[in-house]
Amino acid sequence: MTFCNGQRVVVADRAHRGHHRTPGYIKGKIGTVERVHASFRNPESRAYGNDGLPEQALYLVSFAQQDVWPEYRGPARDRLFVDLFEHWLEEAR
Amino acid sequence: MERAVHDRGGWPTDAPIDQSEHSLADWEVLTDALVGALARRGVMGVDELRRGIESMPPAEYEQASYYERWLYSIETILTEKRVLAPGEIDRRLAE
Repeated sequence: MTFCNGQRVVVADRAHRGHHRTPGYIKGKIGTVERVHASFRNPESRAYGNDGLPEQALYLVSFAQQDVWPEYRGPARDRLFVDLFEHWLEEAR
Repeated sequence: MERAVHDRGGWPTDAPIDQSEHSLADWEVLTDALVGALARRGVMGVDELRRGIESMPPAEYEQASYYERWLYSIETILTEKRVLAPGEIDRRLAE
């Protein structure tokens, strides 16, 4: 596991034509690792009939709603939680 | 960044979202069961199901209902794997 609880991470802002589980609205956003779930076979290759190995670590990452939606009018403490695979995350500087 | 048709979280829209409960037709329940059976037998998995749905032409995706998208994907993936011959379902329906 590259990242640990409380660490700030940025979601890679890259296009990906094939199946992937990183929603577009979260790409390029900075969040905080809340939990390291476990490692799982990679759906990006399983979607094409492959074995999905090597397994990829999956994290629960939270984001400030105000950072995700520019017009968000709710309380500043509101957060959005997304499960993200390790190869979509980079250390935030 | 270019986003595929299914990747729609946060898309602006003025259209109301239908949140009403609705009952499922028999074919929809059977479609759900079919995907479960195909997965348990190791024929096709949920990630392949998703990929098949995401491969739909955007206009067809927009018009299709939830389980119509599943059916589209099942036919796509099973044809790819040669479980079905190309056009086999259409031919059988015409019989």
